[in-house]
Amino acid sequence: AGIPSSPNSPAPEQPFLSISVTDPVKLGNNVQAYISYRVSTKTNMQEYRGLEKIVIRRYSDFVWLHERLTERYKGIIIPPLPEKSAVEKFRFSAEFIEVRRRALDVFLNRIAAHPILRQSDDLKSFLQADEDSWVVEKSRTAEGVFKKKPSDFMQIFKDVQSKVTDVVLGKEKPLEETSEEYEKVKHYVTELEDHLGEAQKQSYRLVKRHSELGQALAEFGKSVKSLGGCETGLLGKAFGELGNRAELLSYKLQKQAQDLLMNFEEPLKEYVRTVQSIKAVLSDRAQAFRQQRELFEASKLKEINLEKLRVVRPDKVGEAEIDYRETKLQSDEANRRYEEIVKVMQQEMVRFQEEKTRDLGAVFHEFARGQAQLANDTAEAWKVLASQLDAWSHQSAGKAVESSA
Amino acid sequence: MSPSADQEDDEDGFLGAQSGPEPDPRVSDSSKEVPISRNGGNSSQEFLTMAVTQPQKIQESTGSSLVPNIYVTYLVVSHTNIPEYGGTEFSVRRRFRDFVTLADRLALAYRGYFIPPRPDKSIVESQVMQKQEFIEQRRVALEKYLSRLAAHPVLRKSEELRLFLQTNGKLPLQPSIDMASRMLDGAAKLPKQLFGDSSTVLAPQEASQPAKGGRDLIRIFKELRQSVTNDWGASKPPVVEEDKEFLEKKEKLQDLELELTEASQQAEALIKAQQEVGDVVGDLGLALIRIGKYESQEATGNAQKVHATDVKRLATAAVKVSRFYKEFNAESCKHLDHLHDYLGLMQSVHTAFSDRSSALLTLQTLMTDLSAMHARIEKLNASSSKTFGGDRSSNRKVEELNDSIKTAEKSRDKAQEEYERIKERNRSEIENYECDRQRDFFSMLKGFVQTQVTYNERIASVWSKAFEEAGSASV
Repeated sequence: AGIPSSPNSPAPEQPFLSISVTDPVKLGNNVQAYISYRVSTKTNMQEYRGLEKIVIRRYSDFVWLHERLTERYKGIIIPPLPEKSAVEKFRFSAEFIEVRRRALDVFLNRIAAHPILRQSDDLKSFLQADEDSWVVEKSRTAEGVFKKKPSDFMQIFKDVQSKVTDVVLGKEKPLEETSEEYEKVKHYVTELEDHLGEAQKQSYRLVKRHSELGQALAEFGKSVKSLGGCETGLLGKAFGELGNRAELLSYKLQKQAQDLLMNFEEPLKEYVRTVQSIKAVLSDRAQAFRQQRELFEASKLKEINLEKLRVVRPDKVGEAEIDYRETKLQSDEANRRYEEIVKVMQQEMVRFQEEKTRDLGAVFHEFARGQAQLANDTAEAWKVLASQLDAWSHQSAGKAVESSA
Repeated sequence: MSPSADQEDDEDGFLGAQSGPEPDPRVSDSSKEVPISRNGGNSSQEFLTMAVTQPQKIQESTGSSLVPNIYVTYLVVSHTNIPEYGGTEFSVRRRFRDFVTLADRLALAYRGYFIPPRPDKSIVESQVMQKQEFIEQRRVALEKYLSRLAAHPVLRKSEELRLFLQTNGKLPLQPSIDMASRMLDGAAKLPKQLFGDSSTVLAPQEASQPAKGGRDLIRIFKELRQSVTNDWGASKPPVVEEDKEFLEKKEKLQDLELELTEASQQAEALIKAQQEVGDVVGDLGLALIRIGKYESQEATGNAQKVHATDVKRLATAAVKVSRFYKEFNAESCKHLDHLHDYLGLMQSVHTAFSDRSSALLTLQTLMTDLSAMHARIEKLNASSSKTFGGDRSSNRKVEELNDSIKTAEKSRDKAQEEYERIKERNRSEIENYECDRQRDFFSMLKGFVQTQVTYNERIASVWSKAFEEAGSASV
């Protein structure tokens, strides 16, 4: 349940697979510098050798794993990877590295939590292969790996969508599913993408604005303290205390901004990426549908031809019959593949929705708690000063009365 | 105002038939002036409140130009119990130009006081001047200006203000002399006065007024010469600003101004940043509303229905919080405004201090003149004593000089009086300013901090409620 991020000791019968990604280290020099991560696995699954294993992996290794899983497990929503960094100088900032480390941790644990994905051999290699065998493994599978890029998926999805329009306009024979269930899923995914994207956008702005308020408060505190330097007596003290309080709260705000980044924005971002994974599955499904359709048509055509040949050219029948049977086999295979994807996808969608409900529920809950905490702490901090100010201003007014008397 | 000098301009005879060197009643002996205490006395029971309302566009066609002159008038309504006003409620129509006149007159008559600065003239096109927003901004600024005048225990009882608030119809105060137009006036007499014997001695009535344009050009040049002399230390000026306490206070106020400027800026930035947080929370709320609706529609199981409700609840909380932020910021602004106000007041302080400097300079110039005249007489006496029987033209000159000296001494005395008067005003204003500032800044700090407490508590309780009421799906 949820995202297991740290190894815990389970009941002995329960198979568990618990992974953590830690200790980012900068390796290599200059242009070729990169970050390596320590991947520690704890498991009692028989397929794995031993209870614990530690390996060193870099981002491109994770990409390899993601690609392999995408190839192998059609219909399954593969957990998303964090993005490649766009900005060069940002690549080694502490914040970026930490955010990425967390996302990679989440990535592996989601795979480990998935009943089918956790069986993957590629996962096993990833988690266990030592340096040398790892290098061998990657080069062995290198050809297929970087074939499809995420953008390709999107293109296919766009093709899929435009095909629907064509059907509506009566342009050509539909090579696109039109079932109610399919339409429903597509609509759901589009809406979800929209909403999550919006929420993520606002969360990003929220983080930024908290940080900016923290800064403004610090500057204000500083200037107030200087102003207090011009004043004497209790007023000077009061300004000084205000400045101190402001600086303290500025620090709290910066911390809150960090929290929001890690625990609010990042999870939302992860779900936005997951929706991209779902779209990839949809496009796989569409492709399988097209293949199945095409092969079915082809096989039907060959069947008709075969009957024709029996009458017209009996000598050619033998060849044609073999050809037809082959095509029929392929068509059946394609149909099975398609139906498998549909079935798996339906299960995946149910699983996804349950997970999303749980995860986002927790994220929003934590968000409310964090905001309440910050506001409470802020109120408390100011309250202390409020009573001090009251006392001081009375004293000060008293002094003024004395001196003018 | 020096009546004789101004009667030429006094077309409508508003200032009345004052003639001769009768002292202007407002520029009274410093001995008559009572130091103002803001915290005591009957001034605390008095009130004077004004409202500036009902802006109206007036279109008047002037004979010569084809383009009609359009300007805005405001209704100024005052309530007061100050006995000098002889009434409790007044209502007049004034235009911006009238406020400028009021400000200029006060500046002349109340040198040395911290006179609140009037709203700026705007250098904008007449089209902008007529826009609703601009008119409203100006209306607010004018009201604030009048209320600051009313808060000043001396200015609130000034004849200028009273006339401004009470007199229906045209404002019975003369606009200040336009420097440029008077330049031409005095220029014709300039060469003779500069290079020939300066037979123009500063009249006593003028000695108590700052140098203005026109004929005062001479005086301005003389005082300029004096100030240069002072600056270069060629000769020690006869009267030096020796009030150490004053100089210390002046320096402190200069420091204060620097810090106030910075603090005022940072306060503005703080409010803005607070506003932005409130806005983004509101936007988040809107996004969550849409998600909540969507989750409701798509919900299949119970867990999902509960989740949808939670999201909606959170959305409502976020929107509520963002509304609180709007109030929060308005309140905070109100308190921190004191910083901006006191920064604005610095302008008045500068003016009051420079009034003092220029009064001192006038005094110094006159004293220098006097000693020059005495020196001339000595020279003449010395040379005529060598001439047997005396020199008739020389004697005549000495006689003239003695007369001039008498006048000049009167002027010097008046200048001295004025300088002392301004010094005393400076002193009492500084004292009151310190007092007011302490009080207002304490109130600002308390108000700001209390607002922070109040609103953060409110916001905390909204978020807490959303957190606690969340369904079991979140556990």
